[in-house]
Amino acid sequence: MRGHRGLVVVLAGLALLALVPPVAGMLNQPFYIDLLRRVMILAIAAVSLDLILGYGGMVSFGHAAYLGIGSYSVAVMAFYGIHSGPLQWLVAIGASALVALAIGSVSIRTSGIYFIMITLAFTQMLYFLGISVDEYGGDDGMGLKRLSQFGNLIDLGDPVAFYYLVLAILVLTLVIVHRLVHSRFGMVIRAAKSNEARTRAIGFSPYAYRLVAFVIAGAICGLAGALYVNHTKYLSPHIMHWTISGDIMFMVILGGMGSTAGPVAGALVLLVLENLLSGWTEHWQIIFGPFLVLVVLFAKRGLAGWLAGGRHG
Amino acid sequence: MNLILITEQVLNGVQFGVMLFLMAAGLTLVFGIMNLVNLAHGSLYMIGAYFATSFYQWSGSFVIGALLALPATLVVGVIVEVVALRTLYDRDHLDQVLATFGLILFFNELVAIVWGRSGLYTSLPEWLSGHVELLPDLRYPLYRLLIIAIGIAVAFLLWYVVTRTRLGMLIRAGASNRAMVAALGINIRLLYTIVFGFGAALAGLAGVMAGPIYAVQPGMGESILIQVFVVIVIGGIGSIRGAMAGALIVGMVDTLGRAFLKPLLALVITPSAAQSAGPALASMLIYLLMAVVLALRPEGLFPERGH
Amino acid sequence: MAEVLLDIRGLCKAFGALQATDNVHLQILEGETHAVIGPNGAGKTTLIGQLAGNLRPDAGSIHFSGEDITPLDAPARSHKGFARSFQITSIYPEFTTLDNVALAVQAHSGHSFRFWRAARDEPALREPARRIVEEVGLGARADVLAANLAHGEQRQLEVAMVLATRPRMLMLDEPMAGMGTEESQRMIEFLTHLKGGLTILLVEHDMDAVFRLADRLSVLVYGRIVATGTPEEIRANPEVRKAYLGEEELE
Repeated sequence: MRGHRGLVVVLAGLALLALVPPVAGMLNQPFYIDLLRRVMILAIAAVSLDLILGYGGMVSFGHAAYLGIGSYSVAVMAFYGIHSGPLQWLVAIGASALVALAIGSVSIRTSGIYFIMITLAFTQMLYFLGISVDEYGGDDGMGLKRLSQFGNLIDLGDPVAFYYLVLAILVLTLVIVHRLVHSRFGMVIRAAKSNEARTRAIGFSPYAYRLVAFVIAGAICGLAGALYVNHTKYLSPHIMHWTISGDIMFMVILGGMGSTAGPVAGALVLLVLENLLSGWTEHWQIIFGPFLVLVVLFAKRGLAGWLAGGRHG
Repeated sequence: MNLILITEQVLNGVQFGVMLFLMAAGLTLVFGIMNLVNLAHGSLYMIGAYFATSFYQWSGSFVIGALLALPATLVVGVIVEVVALRTLYDRDHLDQVLATFGLILFFNELVAIVWGRSGLYTSLPEWLSGHVELLPDLRYPLYRLLIIAIGIAVAFLLWYVVTRTRLGMLIRAGASNRAMVAALGINIRLLYTIVFGFGAALAGLAGVMAGPIYAVQPGMGESILIQVFVVIVIGGIGSIRGAMAGALIVGMVDTLGRAFLKPLLALVITPSAAQSAGPALASMLIYLLMAVVLALRPEGLFPERGH
Repeated sequence: MAEVLLDIRGLCKAFGALQATDNVHLQILEGETHAVIGPNGAGKTTLIGQLAGNLRPDAGSIHFSGEDITPLDAPARSHKGFARSFQITSIYPEFTTLDNVALAVQAHSGHSFRFWRAARDEPALREPARRIVEEVGLGARADVLAANLAHGEQRQLEVAMVLATRPRMLMLDEPMAGMGTEESQRMIEFLTHLKGGLTILLVEHDMDAVFRLADRLSVLVYGRIVATGTPEEIRANPEVRKAYLGEEELE
């Protein structure tokens, strides 16, 4: 989001997102509210991944884990009759942060291929755990008994109100990540990504900074998980499937790594494309797969890079 | 009686370990030599299984089916290497992960289009479906014994190729020092294609053998792939020895955990608690093991030095 | 007699059969500029790796200012005041010159778990950084991306980053590597300017630079220190002439 041009694009994009409910209402197409709410929830996840992937250089192939932890926190509490939204969401954030702390403390010791495989493997572990716990529906999952309750403050059952809440959380996430990556803390994780040997030589020990970034990203993604389960009104272990991790990564790449708002555009493009293709043919992945390969080979700088036009995005 | 059960499960663990090894051997060489993360390795396993099943149904002979499936998988592997993966060797790991992720989606869908989504089931031919009486009261499926035997044979063959032949010398040199191999004037591209094709054939072999005992369906490659990752992390990247040790450890721990964790837990906690905790814990065992190994030896048990 | 600042005692490091560092004893005095020279393959890189804290020695110890720093890693040594530059330019190419130096300042001004305020708006980081950027002569290039600096400027930036950590001692790994004659001259002048104020361990190939800058020299051959002394003593040492300078003079 460096420079005025970037800020204008981001603000225009957010304004367009804010216009979706009235326009969808006019066109009598509530489906769009639903689609874009999903886009924004996954965009929050993608923005959080961008913090560690784009800025921190940590290729985590397990970000779906925190969507899962967030979802399970809310749904399991609802299962036991605890419906308080603030409490549920706090637990979702806290539990995700704890899981990220556990996974991160082991995996950040390693790098390169190891890091990728380990984050993938731990997420797979949680996926299998979700499948094998029959109380909460096992493989089939279970319905969310009641939406998270916020008293008179907001009713998530109202699709438009829920939409604007998600938009507000997205904006908050963008602001937080933007501040983070420009703070002293952010400079350290970016420096460690850029040149680890130099970073150590001038006196930083990157491990603790990376771990904290990993935990923050996990916590934000956990909140996205809490939103997601309210969005689908259904809990499924498949939210932790490794293909979801892959999808979130693609949102980041498509939008442009290391640009705060890029992943939002990436999420939009990916999900809209998925929607169009799957409406067109049942075998849409036969097109989608090669599309992803082509993006990696030829469009690595993402949409943000394309918009920036310059050499760095 | 209990001993019989344990022996049977140990054999199952070895059999699963052997399958994991066939997958891990190719993958770890590709990691070690080309420095390539190939998520689509599982797709080759899946394709091997589909080929074997189809050729078997078409020819009526299990052996002919298997013999046709192997070269067919190898050809698919070489095509994938030449068309897509070759351009990825110089890219970073992130690009490799993402591009091969795209390949997985493509292959899973392709398989669904050709063979349908519901999966294929084959029964073993008469002569393979019997049991062998290994000990009094221990009758073990002949086919699973055959898998173990083939796996051990392949392991020896690999050991021979890697340690005793010129190709193996190049492979080992390539794993530890790419620049040196290039400096020797070896055609690196060809070496890469050979190694990749070799790995594809091994994955295909695992798939061929898996056909009759596991469900042949789209996506079957990925669940085993992630377990193979655990094998490689535990064993150490680029090391055949590590792949073997890791595969047997993971195969054994996973199999024995699924078989005995529940009854063992029932001795300590209430049966109903064990009923639910047992399977959950069993499915997590190999990942917890991986975490422990990483905490103690971040480079795996048999690290390949100097890359 | 000046105090011993860096005391290397019986350092050994082997890679398989190759004894890359062979019982090295070396004392660097506070305030001196000490050069380590040696032919290719003498084990300079291995020695630097151990001093920097990136390689663990097999035996021996390293004491800095009287304290055993052998078990410390690279970041910890930096905080003790022991700084290094790299032979191959090691900077942050996608940050500006000033950002690069400000990061080094930041590394030595408390912990960096500060999440909200933009680091680029902190005078406490920017002002010292700007002073050092000016000092090394990159003032006009402060806001240029480091990737776009000329090679010589990148080497200067590297020295600036090292200085920004406010070290007591610099270890410079071939600071003249890859520089043209003119750039080398400028770097030598700059180092002459630093000399005396800081203790410097200079590992360098450029004999002209070594003999102009160093107060004392040590010669490393096959992992062993074969001679230590003033430039005149080293020039006169027959063993050194045989082992090393002889081949240099042929060039």
